[in-house]
Amino acid sequence: MFRLSCKLLSKVATSDGHGENSPYFDGWKAYESDPYHPINNPEGVIQMGLAENQLCFDVIQNWLMNNPKASICTPEGVDAFKEIAIFQDYHGLSEFREAVAKFMAKVRGNNVKFDPDRIVMSGGATGAHEMIAFCLADPGDAFLVPTPYYPAFDRDLKWRTGVQIIPVVCKSSNNFKVTREAIEGAYKGAEEANIRVQGLLITNPSNPLGTTLDRETLKSLVRFVNEKNIHLVCDEIYAATVFMSEPNYVSVAEIIEEEDIECNPDLIHIVYSLSKDMGFPGFRVGIVYSYNDRVMNCARKMSSFGLVSSQTQHMIASMLSDEEFVDKFITESKTRLAVRQQYFSMGLYDQVGIRCLKSNAGLFVWMDLRKLLKEQTFEDEMALWKVIIDEVRLNVSPGSSFHCSEPGWFRVCFANMDDKAMELALTRIRNFVLKNKDIALSLKKQCWHSSNLRLNLSSRNLSSRRMEEIMLVGMMSPHSPLPQSPLLQART
Amino acid sequence: MTLTRLSRTWEPQPEENKKTNTPTSKRTAMRVIVPLQGVVQGRGGLVLGSVIPVLFYFLQLYLKRHRNDPNDNQPEPNDPAPSTSPSSSTENLPELPGLARSLSRTLLSPRSPRVPVYVSGRVGAILKDSETPYFVGLKKVKEDPYDELVNPNGVIQLGLAENKLSLDLIKEWLAENAGKAILDGGGKRGELSMSGIASYQPSDGLMELKVAVSGFMSQVMGKAISFIPSQIVLTAGATSATEMLSFCLADTGNAFLVPTPYHPGFNRDVKWRTGVEIIPVPCRSTDNFSLSISALDRAFNQAKKRGVKVRGILISNPSNPVGNLLDRETLYSLLDFAREKNIHIVSNEIFAGSTYGSEEFVSMAEIVDLEELDRNRVHIVYGLSKDLSLPGFRVGVIYSFNEKVLAAAKNLARFSSISAPTQHLLTSMLLDTEFTQNFININRERLRRMYNEFLSGLKQLGIKCRKSNGGFYCWADMSGLIRTYSEKGELELWDKLMNVAKLNVTPGSCCHCIEPGWFSFCFTTLTEKDIPVVIERIRKISETCKSHN
Repeated sequence: MFRLSCKLLSKVATSDGHGENSPYFDGWKAYESDPYHPINNPEGVIQMGLAENQLCFDVIQNWLMNNPKASICTPEGVDAFKEIAIFQDYHGLSEFREAVAKFMAKVRGNNVKFDPDRIVMSGGATGAHEMIAFCLADPGDAFLVPTPYYPAFDRDLKWRTGVQIIPVVCKSSNNFKVTREAIEGAYKGAEEANIRVQGLLITNPSNPLGTTLDRETLKSLVRFVNEKNIHLVCDEIYAATVFMSEPNYVSVAEIIEEEDIECNPDLIHIVYSLSKDMGFPGFRVGIVYSYNDRVMNCARKMSSFGLVSSQTQHMIASMLSDEEFVDKFITESKTRLAVRQQYFSMGLYDQVGIRCLKSNAGLFVWMDLRKLLKEQTFEDEMALWKVIIDEVRLNVSPGSSFHCSEPGWFRVCFANMDDKAMELALTRIRNFVLKNKDIALSLKKQCWHSSNLRLNLSSRNLSSRRMEEIMLVGMMSPHSPLPQSPLLQART
Repeated sequence: MTLTRLSRTWEPQPEENKKTNTPTSKRTAMRVIVPLQGVVQGRGGLVLGSVIPVLFYFLQLYLKRHRNDPNDNQPEPNDPAPSTSPSSSTENLPELPGLARSLSRTLLSPRSPRVPVYVSGRVGAILKDSETPYFVGLKKVKEDPYDELVNPNGVIQLGLAENKLSLDLIKEWLAENAGKAILDGGGKRGELSMSGIASYQPSDGLMELKVAVSGFMSQVMGKAISFIPSQIVLTAGATSATEMLSFCLADTGNAFLVPTPYHPGFNRDVKWRTGVEIIPVPCRSTDNFSLSISALDRAFNQAKKRGVKVRGILISNPSNPVGNLLDRETLYSLLDFAREKNIHIVSNEIFAGSTYGSEEFVSMAEIVDLEELDRNRVHIVYGLSKDLSLPGFRVGVIYSFNEKVLAAAKNLARFSSISAPTQHLLTSMLLDTEFTQNFININRERLRRMYNEFLSGLKQLGIKCRKSNGGFYCWADMSGLIRTYSEKGELELWDKLMNVAKLNVTPGSCCHCIEPGWFSFCFTTLTEKDIPVVIERIRKISETCKSHN
């Protein structure tokens, strides 16, 4: 009897290019094997490794309830069913494209317009990134990606395409800002190794940092890609999570229209998605917006491999065309994210002196635990991470899985849980720190010597008054009581 | 570096191209040749004159080499895999002038300089592939769709395999049952659960839907087989299911044997992004286009001689576009063949529930079920686009017996998952087995009736079709109407059908049929009222053809 051996499968199937064997996904597995539940499993692992935005579910839920037609599968909406069910054009429903284009503009402050005919669908941002890599690079070619970067880029960009990622090292000394020098260095390194660099991929707002790129940096990046004649792929999937009004969020779409910049638009591509900004990753809506006709045409043909269900297209089109709702949603979502981020990072700092990188966007904070490492090595980072998972019972993601060049940083997601779960997470961290006196001591020291990374609340310009009110309410409400002081906790 | 690249990729500015409309390679060659001619004319020498062609030849050779392989001097030692299309530059060339430019340019500042930009080698190939009659026809329908009242002179769609015959049944079900099917989202009855629909879900599909789909597959493919939900990976459409299997089973440069005529979309699904090859295995009208093992064997050996590794066979059963079924005997010998050569079988069975003939449909799963041996090499592609007539909902299925393939496919499914609300809706629909059984029965009846009517319409015109047992097509022999018995003649007729009769049909050459003159007509997008209109349009064309002949 013949047996089919592994040899008969492809490299794609047998390699671990899926990247699931990294701590990033290990943490998920730890969570999945023992997930926290307020009633059924209060001791379980709390998931803080998943960048999901659940803070505004109720807003979307209300809309869906009030607009039963949108789903086409209700007695009210069924008249549109026949047309929608059969719709399989890879261009997508025109109302869907128009609604998404309008939404993209709105999220970017209506400073730019997007052409609905350039909206190309894909299976989530995951599919979008892979698609753009397929379009721009041949096997062996490379993309420059500033670190720390989203762990699954290794899967999205490399696995099936055979493309390489060349990390551009960013450092904590300047708050992980991307510099022209670092990019030049990485580019030169690739040249010396005879690797053809086809593009630069940036995330703005950054995942995992939660920071945005300022206008000048963006300009210098655009200049760089034009000088080298390589592509610039901008992942802007967190655009609507920018919860601070200062600094302003700037999309690359704005930069290329600026007066003082010479840019070949054929080099510019935006990856977008509704998973983070609207908070529905389950809908699997990814978007490629390319200014390059050939790339756009080719991507559109490829979108056959990851089309969004027409039922969902229709539903989203109806939702996003409701401008009043969208405006309300965007404001509300930003407010709630701001409150949550402030509350969470303040909780970390005020009680146990843990600091985070100053951020203005995203669904996570970039937590600095360098002081907790016995030695500044990635082995120690992993050891600490294991303790956090096993003892503190939190799934956070270690910086090494983001290819961070310095050990001791962790990404902590805060928007995928309710207030209670977040409180519990804070309590667990607090208890852990207090139980380990040496840790507490080292953090104490750190408190007094906090430098550039210090959370500076007064400088955080929460523009809307309402936001402040909500913050107050949120903090004072009996449902989410102000955390007690560490001393008090120690006594009980 | 920059210079090397310039010579490598050759993507002139489209504007420039529009003006001259000549392939760039020619222009470059000309530029070099012209001064040489000047030399010849100036000095007059006969000897020099005869040297020129030789020089020209070498120059061309040099240019060609230089263009194709810029890395001659700089080999890339780290290149892990050969490019899927090593001659990227040359492939990009021919279709450049035809590129439509989008109006949206106006959105951009006019100052933007445009220099050549390098994209991946596959872009050219993909854009070119989309210019085949199959895709061109689909575009024409979109631009000018027929409507009995509003646009009676528009293009009638006979080229896209979608089934509109039984949508009313599904609509009815939805109106009655699905009020909350989506919004329930796994929550308690009548309670909207956002986290059940909006949050991240397992990439390879919800278990509930897998259970429901396996039940539906048993219903469709014969109750004797029970499909095991854990052997299912759900993905966005059969297109991506096929591509995923192609990625899992073969490396760049490997090949699949595919009996012809085959569905034009297979080129996209199997080849585009994987770099995998398709080796067509011709089936002939004299054998009723049925699959012959000896032809497979021949193709396999030829590939071996060329040094191409064959990794599997891709069949469609019921066959698309011919509509015949593979009988039990053939399936067994196919499995024997695969065992002998130690290769995979990918069986595309997306029309399994759309059979209407007297013959029995046998799934490859049934053969393996009885066989026990070699399950690991059998993979089935299924979907709900055809049998449940819901192409818009994008539900594709991989059913495999190979754990490693399933594990890889599960991870690959992240690139193309199905939207959660759609999954919930379908779960409740498919679990209503009374409804699905009723749907399958009525749909089969309607397919049969339409097929027969369409067939008899063509018969009146003297056009014969292959007897079909399943699927949405009539596979018609129109070789009597073509002027020259060749692909050219076939495409001429296609052009007339498309542009004069305004019928979007698929010529056999798009399906890699080796005999010219065959066309596939999809009849399931029509209503009964449309049939006489279509037949009348064909009649007009056939009369002009006959008078020419």
